[in-house]
Amino acid sequence: MSTKSTASSVTPQPEGAKGPGDPRQAPINARLKPADKIELYRTMVRIRRFEERSLRAYQAKKIGGFLHLYIGQEAVAVGCCSLMGPNDHVITAYRDHGHAIAVGMDTKPLMAELYGKITGCSKGKGGSMHYFDPSRNFWGGHGIVGGQIPLGTGLAYALKYKGLKGAAMAFMGDGAVNQGAVHEAYNLAALWDLPVIFVIENNGYSMGTSQARSSAGDLARRAEGYHMAWGVCNGHDVLEVRSVMNEFLQRAREQSKPAVVEIKTYRYRGHSVADPDRTYRDKSEIEEYQRTKDPINVYRTALITNKVFDEAAADQIDTEARAEADVAADFAEASPFPTADDIQKDVYWETDNPSQRTSGGRLFFT
Amino acid sequence: MPLITYREAIRHALSEELDRDPNVVIMGEEVAQFNGAYKVTEGLLAKYGPKRIVDTPISEAGFIGAGIGASMLGIRPVMELMFWSFYSVAFDQILNNAANVRYMSGGQINCPIVIRGPANGGTNVGATHSHTPENVLANHPGVKVVVPATAYDAKGLLKSAIRDNDPVFFLENTMLYGEKGEVPEGEYTIPLGVAEIKRAGTDLSIITYGRSVLYALAAAERLAAEKKVSVEVVDLRSIRPLDVDTVLASVARTHRVLIVEEQKPFASVGAQLAFTIQREAFDELDAPIHRVTTVDAPAIYSSPVEIEQLPTPNRVYLEALKVLA
Repeated sequence: MSTKSTASSVTPQPEGAKGPGDPRQAPINARLKPADKIELYRTMVRIRRFEERSLRAYQAKKIGGFLHLYIGQEAVAVGCCSLMGPNDHVITAYRDHGHAIAVGMDTKPLMAELYGKITGCSKGKGGSMHYFDPSRNFWGGHGIVGGQIPLGTGLAYALKYKGLKGAAMAFMGDGAVNQGAVHEAYNLAALWDLPVIFVIENNGYSMGTSQARSSAGDLARRAEGYHMAWGVCNGHDVLEVRSVMNEFLQRAREQSKPAVVEIKTYRYRGHSVADPDRTYRDKSEIEEYQRTKDPINVYRTALITNKVFDEAAADQIDTEARAEADVAADFAEASPFPTADDIQKDVYWETDNPSQRTSGGRLFFT
Repeated sequence: MPLITYREAIRHALSEELDRDPNVVIMGEEVAQFNGAYKVTEGLLAKYGPKRIVDTPISEAGFIGAGIGASMLGIRPVMELMFWSFYSVAFDQILNNAANVRYMSGGQINCPIVIRGPANGGTNVGATHSHTPENVLANHPGVKVVVPATAYDAKGLLKSAIRDNDPVFFLENTMLYGEKGEVPEGEYTIPLGVAEIKRAGTDLSIITYGRSVLYALAAAERLAAEKKVSVEVVDLRSIRPLDVDTVLASVARTHRVLIVEEQKPFASVGAQLAFTIQREAFDELDAPIHRVTTVDAPAIYSSPVEIEQLPTPNRVYLEALKVLA
């Protein structure tokens, strides 16, 4: 790993150099109990099995619309969200299933949302790209590339305004870094010293366009233009994600300082399931990553080597995750769709709370 | 009652709400140290300090988006757009994020933000700075849109807007900032979505809002003096929610309708209004509904022609005669 910074407390490291030793030895990881480690593993497996099950449901035409799968990137959301304290918040883009599960959302309403059912986490009104759970400090789930980044900056603004020691993690893909709204957010965060970490989940492709064909220069290094700290880390190693992110999160919470962290990762599936994935990369590239850097296999091997669990226990977790995904799909299948009467609910606070309405006139039109 | 300007009335509303609720924050370009591009926020920095009155960079997508995010966590930002014309560079934030976040979250998230600023032509600044986006904004369910015409209305409506739990877009008018009106001292609010009959009449209903209210009133006086016609002027005040009942009651009294708006005609607020009136009061109408709008072209720079491009008292007068013919 390497971390770089300007005007920050993070120790500058030469690009590509080893950071402060093995991420396993970082205090944030060294203090993990066996049960905590198993939980990190379990969450990654649950995300993958959930998504594989959702893909089957899509192929069976139970799910429509877009389905942007996170398979291959699980260690990023799990590593980052495992660090959340009570005043830490998360917002992300449309590849949001992993983050939703990582912050603790129940997979049944998540699957039901994909099916467009009223029991979905957004009552079937948001869909795959628009998961939300403010009770778990999860603010979506946003469909427009980069559009969520100013919102995440605003979450951090609110934390600072209220004097809370927390941080916002605003996730985006590598394609988002060229959106103007992202740069506007960078500037505000640095100008106002907001406790926000801009997390670039760099899976190498903005839809079907490789990083080399879409972005000039290094992605995280752009932070230097705003005098923000920045770091780069590997996203296939959940412990490395935790050790790097923890430094920036602590700094954000304690000193109210923003940062940009680029986490190098990889997605195995197309941009969405509508992407036949034949035009922009070779199958061997995917297979090579799966063979050498699959985040679940890497951690599973480490935990077995370190005798945290054995093969049988790991397999048992996998079996349970598959069962959980099936239960979620059964729940979604059995749930009712919203009705036409639901279309105009949840539009206005006022019409949903008619006894407290203060305005007159019509809010809906024909 | 004290006579104060529309500008001062807005400032009083801001100040009273800053006093009332510690979560109210004023943000925008030049709102603090510069005292406001149009001096609406003059003196607020000195009174409330930089935590409550926040200068932003010229970065509408960034700061409007940040305000929306902050509102989701309970802050009540009142964001100033120096011109509503600049909404286009924050369109995704305003109309994807603020308008949709409650719906897409199944009602879990509220966005109690106010975005305010002037939205009008007639200031000799050309097409980029002369947009009147109330129809575009109001086309998005989830938002509220308010366009006050008088100082009294501006204060009472803005206070309601700041207390509202839904996003409210508040469209002012640079040509009205200096207009004086009677405004009582102290606390009052005007509910959104309640129109006001600014002038009672029996022969013709002029349905209007914003600066056009003043022109409608001027035309009504001339019609009374020259043609002995009794014109009722209905000021919508709020576009969404829309006080359809007051409009229909007026139509039932006069049976003739002229809509006056500083909008381009295609899919304007008036177009929706005309549809609603014919749909719900068809039997009350003795004549087709007419409209006076901005002449359908980008805002021309040339000053004397620009005035003619917008509704004027004379254009209202002439069109009213056609409805009455």
